[in-house]
Amino acid sequence: MKQIEKALRRPITGIFISIFMGLIVGAVVLAIAGYNPVAAYGAMLRGVFSKPKYMVQVLIRCTPLILTGLSISFAFKTGMFNIGAEGQAIIGMVTAVVVGYCVPLPPGIHFIVVAVASMTAAALWGAAVGLLKSRFGIHEVISGIMLNWIALYLNNYMIGMAWLKKPQTEASYEVLESSWIVMLQNWKTSTAGREWLLDGSHPILSDVLIKTDLNYGIFIAIAAAAVIWFILNRTTKGYEMRAVGAGSEAARFAGIRVDRNIVQSLAIAGALAGLAGAIVITGAMPHRITTLTAQPGYGFDGISVALMANTSPLGVIASALLFSGLQYGGSAIQAELGAPSEIINIVIGTIIFFIAMSGAFKMLADYLEKRRGRTDVQ
Amino acid sequence: MSPAAEKDYAVQMRGISKYFGAFCALNNVQLSVEKGSIHALLGENGAGKSTLMNILYGLYQADTGEIIINGQRENIKNPNTAIKLGIGMVHQHFMLVEPFTVTQNIMLGMEKTRFGGIMDEAATRVEVQELSQRYGLYIDPDAKVEDISVGMQQRVEILKALYRGAEILILDEPTAVLTPQEIGELIHIMRKLAEDGKTIIIITHKLGEIKQSADYCTIIRRGVYIDTVDVQQVDETQLASMMVGREVKLTVQKEAAHPGPAVLDIQDLTVEDSRGIDRVRKLSLQVHAGEILGIAGIDGNGQKELIEAIMNMVPAKTGKILVQGKEIQNHAPADTLDAGVSTIPEDRHKHGLVLDFTVAENFVIENFKKVPYSSRGILNLKEIRSHADELIEKFDVRPAGCAPNPVRGLSGGNQQKLIIAREVDNNPHVLIAVQPTRGLDVGAIEYVHKALIEARDQGKAVLLVSLELDEIMDVSDRIAVIYNGTIVDILEAAGADENHIGLLMAGGKKE
Ligand SMILES: Nc1ncnc2c1ncn2[C@@H]1O[C@H](COP(=O)(O)OP(=O)(O)O)[C@@H](O)[C@H]1O
Ligand SMILES: [Mg+2]
Repeated sequence: MKQIEKALRRPITGIFISIFMGLIVGAVVLAIAGYNPVAAYGAMLRGVFSKPKYMVQVLIRCTPLILTGLSISFAFKTGMFNIGAEGQAIIGMVTAVVVGYCVPLPPGIHFIVVAVASMTAAALWGAAVGLLKSRFGIHEVISGIMLNWIALYLNNYMIGMAWLKKPQTEASYEVLESSWIVMLQNWKTSTAGREWLLDGSHPILSDVLIKTDLNYGIFIAIAAAAVIWFILNRTTKGYEMRAVGAGSEAARFAGIRVDRNIVQSLAIAGALAGLAGAIVITGAMPHRITTLTAQPGYGFDGISVALMANTSPLGVIASALLFSGLQYGGSAIQAELGAPSEIINIVIGTIIFFIAMSGAFKMLADYLEKRRGRTDVQ
Repeated sequence: MSPAAEKDYAVQMRGISKYFGAFCALNNVQLSVEKGSIHALLGENGAGKSTLMNILYGLYQADTGEIIINGQRENIKNPNTAIKLGIGMVHQHFMLVEPFTVTQNIMLGMEKTRFGGIMDEAATRVEVQELSQRYGLYIDPDAKVEDISVGMQQRVEILKALYRGAEILILDEPTAVLTPQEIGELIHIMRKLAEDGKTIIIITHKLGEIKQSADYCTIIRRGVYIDTVDVQQVDETQLASMMVGREVKLTVQKEAAHPGPAVLDIQDLTVEDSRGIDRVRKLSLQVHAGEILGIAGIDGNGQKELIEAIMNMVPAKTGKILVQGKEIQNHAPADTLDAGVSTIPEDRHKHGLVLDFTVAENFVIENFKKVPYSSRGILNLKEIRSHADELIEKFDVRPAGCAPNPVRGLSGGNQQKLIIAREVDNNPHVLIAVQPTRGLDVGAIEYVHKALIEARDQGKAVLLVSLELDEIMDVSDRIAVIYNGTIVDILEAAGADENHIGLLMAGGKKE
C-alpha cells in the first residue's frame, strides 16, 4: 500500500497512467464506433514495429517535434507560453531554403551555416514576442499567434519570388544536396552503394537507407535537449530564467533583470523552433517549402509534446517519440480497418487531459494514506 | 488517567502521533479539555497545533492514539463525524462563499426547506439572529460576505459552527487577522460562549491573549507535549520559555549604540506612485553606521515608496539617495545591492523568496553570478549547497538539512530566518528591514530583533520600518516619525514617550 502511495506521488507514474487512460478511452471510442479495439491497436503496433523502415519514419517525424517541444518547455520554465513556436519553425524553414539553395558551400559546413542562419532568424522572431511583452505588456500568446500568421504569409510571399520559385510548382527549389543531413547520402546514391544495398544480402539496411530519409537530425535534437537541460539546471542564465519564471517579483527584488530575461528566453525558444525548421528542410524529402494554406503544425504539436513531458527537457525526447509513434501507427488503423485515424488525436488529447489533472493522482495517494492512517488507529 | 473520572472532560486526546512521510509532526501528544472552559493551545509556528486540531476535526487521521469526546471513545473519520459529535472548527483561512450573504453562507449545506424542496431562507435568518443576539456576535445577516470586514467574516464562521450545533469550538489562530479592538470583542464573545457551557479551544502564539482569555493552556513544542497549566498560575515569561524551550527575553536586550558617520543619506527625496501622486515629499533622513533608525508611522504614509525608491524599484522624482557618499537613485535594483544595501522585504512570499526554488537556490538569489557560486556562467552546485548548509546551521534554519527542500514547505519563521541569513551574509553597509516580524511567534521575533541588533553592533546602518510602535520603541536607537510622506520629527528612543509619538504619527503638531 505504501509503495502504491509513493508511486502515485511520482510525476512519471502520472504520465504512465495518463498514457494508459488515453489508450483506454481510445479503445472505448473505437468500440462504440463498431471497430475491434484490439485489432485496431494491433494494427497500430504493426504499423510502427513490423518493419525497421516504419520505426525510422517515426524517428524522422519526431525529430522536429523534440525541438519544438523543447522550445515550448523552455519558455514554460521561464513562465511563458511560446505558442509562437509554430511561426518560428516556419521562419526556420524559409531561412533554411534560402541559405540552402542560394549559398553553395561544401557538405557539412553548408548544413552548419543553414542551421545557424535558421536559428538566428527564428530567434529574432521569438525575441520580437519577448520585446512586445516586456516593452508594451502585450501577452505572448496574442503576439505569438499574430506572428505565426505573418510567418505563414512570408513563406508564401517568398515562394512568389522568381529566383526561389520552381517553375510549374507551388513550391520553392530544393536546397542543394550539400546542405542535406541524410545519412550516407553520397554513398547510397553511388553505384557501389546501390549494388551493395540491392544485392539482397542486407535487407534491413537497404530497406532503411533506400526507402527512408534517415538523417542525423535525431542526434542533433537529442543533443539540443541535453544542452537545454544543462542551461536550465547548471548555468547562471538558466537559474536566472527559472527564477523569473517561478517568481518574477522576487527575482526583480534580487536585482535580476526580468524584461531582459523574457526576451532572451523567447529568443532561445525561437532558435530551437528554427532549428526544427532547418532539420525539416535538410533532413528529408521534399527539401523545400511549399505554399501553405494552413499552419504546418510543428509548433502546435510541440505544445502537446511539451505537455506530455510535463515540460521536462529530457522528457520531451520520450514524449515526441510517443507522439510520432501514435500518429504514424494511427494511420495504419485507417489503412487496415478503415477506422478513422483521428481516433489517435482522441488518444493524445486524453493523455494530455490526464496529465493536466495529474494532481488527482496525488489526491488519490492522500486518500490512500488517510485510509491507512485510520486502520492504524483502530 | 485517573482525573478523567473526577473531572468532566469534553475532549481527551491520548498518545496522538502523526507522521507526514518520515516527518513526525506529533509525537505522543495528549490534550484534556474541561467542559465549559477556554483552553489555549500554545506553540511556535510548526509545533503541530493545527495538525492536532485537524485530527480532532477529522481532517487528518492520527497514526496512533485515541480520542474521547464527552467520555465516549470516538473514531472521527471526517469532519461530518466531528460535526455530528458537536465539534466545530474555524480555520485560519476562512471558507466562505464571498458573493453569498451572511445567512446564505451560514445555511450552506444545511438548508432548511419547506414543502419538500423550497428553500426557507427566512427561517434560517431568524435562527441566525437569535444566535447572534445570544452571544453578542453582532452581524448583518443580509450583507454579502465580500463586503464585510475580516473580523465580521470571522463571526460568520463562528456562527456557522454554532448553527451546526457545535458544543466544542476550535479556533485556529483567530486573532492573527484582527485589529486590537476586534481582538477585545472576540475575547468577550468567547467568554459568553463558555458561560453558556460551550467548550473552546483556541490556538495562538500570542501570550497576552492567553492571559486575558484562557482558563488552561497546553503547550506543545516541535510535536511534543510539554505541559498543561492553569493560566492564573503562570506569567507570560514562563509561558514563552515553555513554548520555546529556553529562557526568552520578552524585552529587547541591547547595549548603547555607538553611531559612526552617516552611511545612508537621503536628501529632499520625492517619490510618486503609479497614479502620479507624491507619496514621499522632500524627505530627508540620515542613518548612521552602528545605529538602528526606526521609522514609525501609520500604514500608507510613504514608507513603502521610500523603501522602493532606495531599492530602485521605483524612480525618485527629485532628490538624492547616497550610500557612503555615492548616489544610487534612479539606477537598476542590482546597483542598490552592489552599493551595499540589503533589504529584508515586507512581503516574504512575493518579494523575498522564490517559493518553488529550493532553500539552497534561494540563498544565492542575489549572488549566484559571483565566485564561488558560479564561474564563467556555470553554477557550482557543490558550493551553493555547502553555502546553504553553513547558513542553515549558523542561523538555525529548521529543519536542519533543509537545503534541497523547496522553500514553500518551510514555516513562516524559518522562511524569514532564511532571508535574514541571506541579507546579513551579504555583509552590507546598510540593512533595511520592513515589518520583519509580521506573523512570527515570540521565539522568532526575539531572534529577528537579536539579528538586527547584532548587525548594528557590527557597525551596519540599520533602517527598520514597522507598523508596530512597540517594536520600533524596543529595537531602535533613534525614531523617525513619518507622516504624509515627510519625517515630522526624529527622537532619541531612550525616554521617548509613546503617546507623543502616537500623536505625531497621526499628524499632530510637535511640541
Ligand atoms: N499536510 C502536510 N504535509 C506535510 N507536512 C505537514 C503537513 N501539514 C503540516 N505539516 C508539517 O507539520 C508541522 C506542524 O505543522 P502545523 O500543525 O501546521 O503547525 P502549527 O503549530 O504552526 O499550526 C510543520 O513542520 C509542517 O510543515
Ligand atoms: Mg497553524
